[in-house]
Amino acid sequence: MSVTPHMPDHPAALALARRHSLRWWESLPWIAALAFFFAYPNHLGFGTELLIMVLFAISLDLALGYAGIITLGHAAFFGAGAYTVGILAHHGIWNEPLTGLALAALVAAAVGFLSGLVLLRTTGLTFLMLTLCTMLMLEEAANLGHHWTGGFDGLPSLNIPPLFGVFEFNPLIPKTQFLYVLGVLFLCFLFVRMLAYSPFGQGLTGIRENTLRMHAVGAPVRTRLVVCYTISAAIAGIAGGIWAQANAYVNLGTLGLDRAATVLIILVLGGFGRLYGAFVGAVAYMVLAHFLSKIYPTAWQLGLGLLLVVIALFARGGMLGIGEVLMQRLRPKIPPKEPASRPSP
Amino acid sequence: MIFTVDNIASMLLGGMAAGMVLFIVSVGLSVTMGLMGFANLAHGAFAMLGGYIVVLVMRHWGVGFALALAISFVLTAAISMVFERLLYSRLYKAGELDQVLFTIGLCFVFIASLTVFVGPENQPLTLPDALRGQLDLGLLQYRTYSIFLIVVGVAIAIGLWFGFERTRFGAQIRAAVDNRRMAESLGINIDRLFAVTFGFGSGMAALGGGLGAEFLGLDPQYALKYLVFFLIVVSVGGLGSIAGVFWASLIIGVLDFVLKKYLPQGGTLFIYALAILLLLWRPQGLFGKPA
Amino acid sequence: MNGTLLETRSVSKNFGALQAARDITFTLEKGARHALIGPNGAGKTTFINLMTGVLLPTTGTVLLRGEDITTMEQAARVKRGIARTFQINRLFRGLTVLENVYISVAERVGAATNMVTPAGKRRDVIDEAMHLLETLKLADDAQRTIAGLPYGRQRLVELAIALGLKPEVLLLDEPAAGVPSAESHIILDAIDALPKDIGVLIIDHDMDLVFRFAKRITVLVRGAIFAEGTPREIGSNADVRAVYLGQATTHGA
Ligand SMILES: Nc1ncnc2c1ncn2[C@@H]1O[C@H](COP(=O)(O)OP(=O)(O)O)[C@@H](O)[C@H]1O
Ligand SMILES: [Mg+2]
Repeated sequence: MSVTPHMPDHPAALALARRHSLRWWESLPWIAALAFFFAYPNHLGFGTELLIMVLFAISLDLALGYAGIITLGHAAFFGAGAYTVGILAHHGIWNEPLTGLALAALVAAAVGFLSGLVLLRTTGLTFLMLTLCTMLMLEEAANLGHHWTGGFDGLPSLNIPPLFGVFEFNPLIPKTQFLYVLGVLFLCFLFVRMLAYSPFGQGLTGIRENTLRMHAVGAPVRTRLVVCYTISAAIAGIAGGIWAQANAYVNLGTLGLDRAATVLIILVLGGFGRLYGAFVGAVAYMVLAHFLSKIYPTAWQLGLGLLLVVIALFARGGMLGIGEVLMQRLRPKIPPKEPASRPSP
Repeated sequence: MIFTVDNIASMLLGGMAAGMVLFIVSVGLSVTMGLMGFANLAHGAFAMLGGYIVVLVMRHWGVGFALALAISFVLTAAISMVFERLLYSRLYKAGELDQVLFTIGLCFVFIASLTVFVGPENQPLTLPDALRGQLDLGLLQYRTYSIFLIVVGVAIAIGLWFGFERTRFGAQIRAAVDNRRMAESLGINIDRLFAVTFGFGSGMAALGGGLGAEFLGLDPQYALKYLVFFLIVVSVGGLGSIAGVFWASLIIGVLDFVLKKYLPQGGTLFIYALAILLLLWRPQGLFGKPA
Repeated sequence: MNGTLLETRSVSKNFGALQAARDITFTLEKGARHALIGPNGAGKTTFINLMTGVLLPTTGTVLLRGEDITTMEQAARVKRGIARTFQINRLFRGLTVLENVYISVAERVGAATNMVTPAGKRRDVIDEAMHLLETLKLADDAQRTIAGLPYGRQRLVELAIALGLKPEVLLLDEPAAGVPSAESHIILDAIDALPKDIGVLIIDHDMDLVFRFAKRITVLVRGAIFAEGTPREIGSNADVRAVYLGQATTHGA
């Protein structure tokens, strides 16, 4: 009704209207994953681990990259999911993979919702400390709840029945695991992508960029943050749950500081708030770690440390951010569409 | 039974000794975090560096414990000031995320460097004879070194309190913690203040690293292993408050000691839970000023 | 056109020993074009913060259309029609100009809770945001991020975000400060184009702008109302001239 005829053509409006449309390169991660499946049948265990870290990093991206929730305790949700699957399977309560994942998501979401409700009233350093302490507390609890969690040793040899009752999880040739994780990652990614491009996701970036202004445009900021945190926790829980299923065990490492730091580093390395940073970061980190950390563990740690320092100081957008800057540098060299308009000498 | 006077006294002494080490290490972190608002996760790395300097200087130069501590303080303070001027200062206006990443990165660099240059194994600290053995306190006998730590810790606390409350420099720091812009407009040189405070805080960490090495051990993982405890002490006590760190250190030191003894399983869980509840009740910590 | 929109009754705010607002009783009528002036540190911004819920008053009540909103959350007040701009820009710096205004419009029309439809599919929101940008002569900058925008243009985005909320009460905290004088008319033009029954309160130090815009002026000094009246009354009030006008401007009235 109120549409003025010339406006829809404005390039800014068009760009925003088309922002969510799929681009050709978005198929690359999936093609690469399938190519990996066929090219490296002997490294599918590594590939599965990598895909799970991508999923975990995507969940963190939603909270940290989009909503600007800076947490040091995201492994709490990964662990919650992993232990949900582990405890249910170990004690013979429930072990069907897909519904098990749903339960993992549910439990992690509950942990995220409850802790978010309480913790998200704080900000900054206090929030950082609270997320850290919450995660460490859960880790201690898992350590103590011997009877249920297996304590320090964790729960080994979980019995996970075949996917759809057909596809066996073979620990030696983890083909099923790889494709299963890839499928779940794909679905979760589509969901997060949808969220990121929605008005809700746009609002999250508003909270990240300026919380005070978000209040001033009438957004119920804390509710939004809790919702985002809960969703993020649920996806982290799926990552943890599927990790437990794919490896057929759970241990304290699923909810420790190491894992929380690793996922943070992966996301930042790739570039947060960009959806694909999780992919780039996980590949870079996991591949380097895979080759370096066994042969030259100290060099790996030194390199990683220096990399973090450099990223924090000079390349806050991570690898994707560097890529974007390079692209922008290159673009002006291509003359704009009216090269003839240049005055001739 | 377990609750004899002896028992209670020895638990208190043991906990206080640990608490004092916690205090000496954390007090610098508290002041720099309160003053600069910087999430410095590399503070433990400076404490570790200090511990290493103490051990190495004693081993290779044959200097005494006290002199080694002094050398460690000065060296670590100097090194940290270089870091502050060159690197930290670029991130004062950045968000917590960049600060966290930067300082975690720094921790990794410290850990890797010490592993390469000194080795991955634990570095034992040999105490001077005078500090070994038991001391007769009349009522009970107790480890001389623990008593020494308590005395040193309390002396440092009093000294710091005096310096903070009664000197011009202390007044400048307090003014800058309270209101940075105001302090700047009063002509306080913030850059210099930050650098000196940071150096001093890291020097204190080094001191704590050296003093605590005897029972905390000293290996390259130190930088991260105890970091959570330092952070808890600082946030529970309240950023920028010396009294806050002191009492928080004492409480947590004693609690940890008692819990480890009588509840070896769930002790740490209890401390985390306590820290969470306290921070939810008072996000600014026990002695911090509300935002 | 008559009726009270926003009202404060004996509102005070203490910051420790400092009384930044003292006993302010004030009304903003429907259709008001009201200016709030006073020297720096008089408490003007504090007063706006009290009305919008950024700060809670130490004593006193704030009413919107007769409803007590003294302790209501900021967001709830916005939903009831109060919008403001900030003296110091509070923008979504990493986002584009269009996205900044999109967020505001999306909140108002209730699109912001939608998680399933892409933001780009809400053409109504995009078009309305674009339209606002055109009125404020910002259309050419629509795709630039705030961080890369000159300060004066950023000030206009401040206004655009507030207007995107289609408020009934609009509180403008020095909207023209930092805007090149050649462009400050854009702000007045935009306000002129608003529906007539909106109540607008403007804080500004530019007396030309204030006297051109305001039908009523309140002078705030050291947290308290010093004088209130028509521009003619204020301009000829010797006390006001002594306290404020005489020293702050050579334009006079
Ligand atoms: N959050 C705050 N805490 C303490 N003092 C404040 C705060 N906000 C404003 N003030 C003080 O209140 C007084 C009024 O400030 P302000 O409302 O910004 O004045 P104006 O907008 O008229 O220039 C000033 O002295 C200012 O320093
Ligand atoms: Mg003001």
